[in-house]
Amino acid sequence: MRDVGNQTTLAQLVTLWIFVVSQRCHRHQWTEPAHVFDFSTPLTSVQWRGFRSSQVASGQVLQFKLSDIGEGIMEVTVKEWYVKEGDRVSQFDSICEVQSDKASVTITSRYDGVIRKLYYDIESIAHVGSPLVDIETDRELEGAPEEDVVETPAVSHEQPLQEIKGQKTQATPAVRRLAIENNIKLSEIVGTGKDSRILKEDILNFIAKQTGAILPYEVQKTPAPAVSTTDTPSKEKKPVMAPPAIPRPIFTGKDRTEPLNGFQKVMVKTMSAALKIPHFGYCDEVDLTELVRLRSELKGLAESRGIKLSYMPFFIKGASLGLLQFPVLNASVDEGCQNITHKASHNIGLAMDTPQGLLVPNVKSVQSLSVFDIAVELNRLQALGSAGQLGTADLTGGTFTLSNIGSIGGTYAKPVILPPEVAIGALGKIQVLPRFTSRDDVEKAYIMNVSWSADHRVIDGATMCRFSNLWRSYLENPAAMVLDLK
Amino acid sequence: MILRVSDRACVISRSVRLKSTLTSFFDEMGKGIIIKSASTGIFENLALEDWIHDHVDLQNRNILLLWRNSPAVVIGRHQNPWQECNLPLMRRLGIPLARRRSGGGTVFHDIGNINMTFFTSKKKYNRHRNLTVVTNALKELRPNLDVNSTDRFDILLNGHYKISGTAAKLGRTAAYHHCTLLCSVDRSLLSSVLKSNNSQVIKSNATPSVPSPVKNLLDLDPSLDTDTVMEAIASQYKKEFGFATPVITVDPTHESLMPGVHKMTQDVLTWEWVYGKTPKFSVCTSLVVDGVNITLDMDIKNGKVDRCDIGIPDGWLPLEIVNEFTSKLNGSRCCPRETAVLVAAFIRTNSLAADIAEKIHRLCEGVTSVM
Repeated sequence: MRDVGNQTTLAQLVTLWIFVVSQRCHRHQWTEPAHVFDFSTPLTSVQWRGFRSSQVASGQVLQFKLSDIGEGIMEVTVKEWYVKEGDRVSQFDSICEVQSDKASVTITSRYDGVIRKLYYDIESIAHVGSPLVDIETDRELEGAPEEDVVETPAVSHEQPLQEIKGQKTQATPAVRRLAIENNIKLSEIVGTGKDSRILKEDILNFIAKQTGAILPYEVQKTPAPAVSTTDTPSKEKKPVMAPPAIPRPIFTGKDRTEPLNGFQKVMVKTMSAALKIPHFGYCDEVDLTELVRLRSELKGLAESRGIKLSYMPFFIKGASLGLLQFPVLNASVDEGCQNITHKASHNIGLAMDTPQGLLVPNVKSVQSLSVFDIAVELNRLQALGSAGQLGTADLTGGTFTLSNIGSIGGTYAKPVILPPEVAIGALGKIQVLPRFTSRDDVEKAYIMNVSWSADHRVIDGATMCRFSNLWRSYLENPAAMVLDLK
Repeated sequence: MILRVSDRACVISRSVRLKSTLTSFFDEMGKGIIIKSASTGIFENLALEDWIHDHVDLQNRNILLLWRNSPAVVIGRHQNPWQECNLPLMRRLGIPLARRRSGGGTVFHDIGNINMTFFTSKKKYNRHRNLTVVTNALKELRPNLDVNSTDRFDILLNGHYKISGTAAKLGRTAAYHHCTLLCSVDRSLLSSVLKSNNSQVIKSNATPSVPSPVKNLLDLDPSLDTDTVMEAIASQYKKEFGFATPVITVDPTHESLMPGVHKMTQDVLTWEWVYGKTPKFSVCTSLVVDGVNITLDMDIKNGKVDRCDIGIPDGWLPLEIVNEFTSKLNGSRCCPRETAVLVAAFIRTNSLAADIAEKIHRLCEGVTSVM
């Protein structure tokens, strides 16, 4: 008997509750799962405006006047509009930015509604007390005050009970939908937007915390090196502005289209031109054991001269020595492939990875430079690259390119020739592997893979192979470089 | 149902506690708070200012934020960096450019400059009162010091040298007024960095800065270093606003303490904010490129080239090359690096003859010299 009595009381409470809730929800446009209709509703008792089929509001058009800025200021300059005619705004959305006497003021909307008229252009003088915009509100407001009154929020953030009672939860319709899709109550989310507005990121953080997933948009404190053409981490000057971390893909269930930015358009242009070149590939393996030894000996000497010495200067010089024997690889063909120009100067380009994208500056006249000179040039280009100061002189005029993708990772690659060049080499990472010696012993060897691509219209496989062998021989036996140094 | 109600209340109070970790800490401190930033990064500190402005209830509370930055140039909300500072020099020296949300002019910050932000409700916004805190603090340290605030809200030393500039931001319910104070700033760096080589050729409605002769407090009295002055300002602020709680240090990268501050730091770092928010302007100049006179006329909108016209002497370059060059620049950022990359790709993919490529190089150098 007692149980029945309790159940009846409970049922009555439930009925009462649903009644109360339904009174507050009369403006909702669709039915939601029942559990959303409980205690959270007072917090989210906001019109679900986004789902109305048209922007036509049925209310009156009100003039929203510019209110007193304080300090007796009567005039301000309109500097930026955040809305245009026809835009829908919510209460507290920013409408425009005005400036007066070193003070920048954000004017926010007093009403929900649709902007019907902007009274000023950018740079015009607006007068305090005059209309700023016309807003057509969604419903009749009796005796609505016409000014943007400086109001204290109805709720102070520190009192939970008051917050439950009065505060509107700010969130756009898209954010609300995301919350519903994930069965999240907006009341449980900490809003990090303006005026505690709940943003999409807040919902995603909440989900991540719940499921223990990795949080998106982790910003790394130490800036990632902007340049990676050398195997050793370069000691270039730490960039003052940390490059943004690579955002991890976040599942939001929505496609996102955006136009290509400047760098991407450049890549499209270059790669489309490269497509016209018939590429062939040739790969090989180089034993760098001797070179590793040589570099470790010379590193100290170079540092005493203030230069960081990596393997790249050796690779570049070796390539130049090889090009002296096979000048066709340092050539350029014209548009219709009618004429081939053998370039006298070996301007060897380095693929440089920057936060904005791929840049290929080149070292000019490598044939007249020593390994140390090349190291100096590399340091200079890396410093300019990370400071974003590479000019056209450094970025053009290349005749042959090396891409040290191995500094990031990888072994074999299929590099794309950069027109108007005819050849390119991609260097994989240096791996420590076991190799048989001539005496049938197994020894530790430093092995690097190289992948060449060449323009098959003017270069044949045999030429590429012989060039690669020559280049390899210089690197496997650096003493041989001394014999042929000019 | 009743059980569910109480569950909900617990969840809400927990998220309220999470949300107001810093603000609840402020609650315990009462009506007046002084914060010192633990960071010297300009973007982090600007984000900290924004966060406090947006998230802390300032209706019955006054907050003073003290912060210093490693070398940086900060322009006002509606200013034009190409007009205000020497961007090529800053790039060479690695000095970052930041745009703040308040109005006012361009300033140079380094560790010898103190920044003070006075947060109040919009009703209690009173810049003169804040500046008297500063001048009184300085006079406490050195009673005969001739420092006074002007009606332009500058502070002048000996009636002539500007030692502090002011800017303010007013939001819906709260406002902040911040100002600088030169204690021991590198003055030669300041003057070289705040002088633009292109101000003559730029036509714009952006708020111009008013240059003034400056002086360091340290020049007058070696005991007036930043730490001493900050302490004096803190105690004067407590006297003026009537409270006695100690100064607290806040790390502006502490996301859990201040949820959303990371995103605010990122927002204030982007090219779109720093350069893209420049009011539209035009550049009209003639350059000498390779011995010939070139006229350059560009409209820049949102930091990007909206229209570009280049006038060359007859026959110097084929007209279609020049037209393609200018059309490449349309829509690209007014940024020397991006322009260099665009032009390099242009030269690369158009297989130009060597002498023409050389002229395009020089032309590009000329165009980027105004960027």
